[in-house]
Amino acid sequence: MFLNNNPQLNKNGELHHLLTIEGLPGEILRQILDTAQSFVGVTQREVKKVPLLRGKAIFNLFFEPSTRTRTTFEIAAKRLSADVINLAINVSSQSKGESVLDTVANLAAMQADMFIVRHGQSGAPHLIARHVSEDIHVINAGDGRHAHPTQGLLDMFTIRHYKRDFTQLRVAIVGDILHSRVARSQIHALTTLGVPELRVIGPKTLLPSNVDNLGVHVYHDMAKGLKDVDVVMMLRLQNERMQGSFLPSPQEFFKFYGLTAEKLALAKPDAIVLHPGPMNRGVEIDSDVADGSQSVILPQVTFGIAIRMAVMGILAGN
Amino acid sequence: MTARALPDAEQLLAALIAQMRPHVSVETGLIGIVTGGAWLAERLHDALKLKVPCGTLDVSFYRDDFQHKGLKREVAPSDIPFDVEGRELILVDDVLYTGRTIRAAMNELFDYGRPASIRLASLVDRGGRELPIAAQFVGATIELPARQSVELKRDAQGRLSLALGTD
Repeated sequence: MFLNNNPQLNKNGELHHLLTIEGLPGEILRQILDTAQSFVGVTQREVKKVPLLRGKAIFNLFFEPSTRTRTTFEIAAKRLSADVINLAINVSSQSKGESVLDTVANLAAMQADMFIVRHGQSGAPHLIARHVSEDIHVINAGDGRHAHPTQGLLDMFTIRHYKRDFTQLRVAIVGDILHSRVARSQIHALTTLGVPELRVIGPKTLLPSNVDNLGVHVYHDMAKGLKDVDVVMMLRLQNERMQGSFLPSPQEFFKFYGLTAEKLALAKPDAIVLHPGPMNRGVEIDSDVADGSQSVILPQVTFGIAIRMAVMGILAGN
Repeated sequence: MTARALPDAEQLLAALIAQMRPHVSVETGLIGIVTGGAWLAERLHDALKLKVPCGTLDVSFYRDDFQHKGLKREVAPSDIPFDVEGRELILVDDVLYTGRTIRAAMNELFDYGRPASIRLASLVDRGGRELPIAAQFVGATIELPARQSVELKRDAQGRLSLALGTD
């Protein structure tokens, strides 16, 4: 049933699952952004709800803890009038030894229409997507170091909202690229949408060895990397994903790669600052910047609901 | 029906304006359904000299054929720049057919508030209703085979015309 071996697309080339931004045509990314734009209008009304997914059962399958992503998916599903069931799996059947696929098969037998999957292991949502029946849709809500496509899309929505044209932008992604699924999704999205100059800034130990292959410019010096950029995308320092010593200390990291007002001044005066949250204040970002006039961190959260409504609405209709 | 036999949209619009004039006040809210209805609503709004700005509705999120057709490629944001609560409203669409679009539009409108009343103005009524819905103001009634569609076009000068298509 799938075209071009892309397990995300159906035979008509439409989005059936959202697993990763990698390999998706720009047209589909723009369709999601445009649809999300209409949902922003819905969320500002008296009744913040449309009947699009009435009667659909959407399961939030979180094998890894998350508050914001799970909540925004839940709000998005509810604003589409779907029924949402939240499952934090690490505390239920996984501890009894049930496999991921058994869990999913049981939930499918409860007439699930959509699974939203967060898992610590890269590829888990792909595995689930390969095994569910054709009428079930899977959305990756973050898998290991691999991908976090709805985060990448909401970042694109935020950038387009403030900067309009991707083809005129210089964008820097700063911090722990190595452990970041967010960074991978951002890089694929920005490249597909035509950003001409994409920079990644971080210490050698936190950059993947093959990062050059992704078509980005690599900087180890923040002062050089931030010079004249339009968009600064900060990443969270992934303490829980670090094994071994990648860094001397968080304080040392802040000194070299923490975003302060002084460093931000090197970017364009109207540069915007994004962060996927949750923030480690004083580690990757200074409070003055996080709460400052160039920060669009809270609008990112608001736009994230519209993006997730758009993805669910498009998938359910395909 | 051939294209030549279709009535002139500008003449129908003039007829619609004449019908509506005695029945509107400056407080009446016009709401055009994207895209043809929105063009008509703009023209009606100017001709009837209404005070309240025009609203537009894209009913994609309320359609009953979502399961078969999915979301259309480009959904335009709905925009109602006035308070719906307690207001007399007129929905404007280009072609009235099954009535399903109007049902979806009414459902959406009630998510903005409780209007005092809703009336319907349609440039063309082509029959074929599947729901108990009727227009109070109609430019013309025409008959078309079920497989044929008719839609409103707008040229660069803003001139409106009707064109045939196939469903």
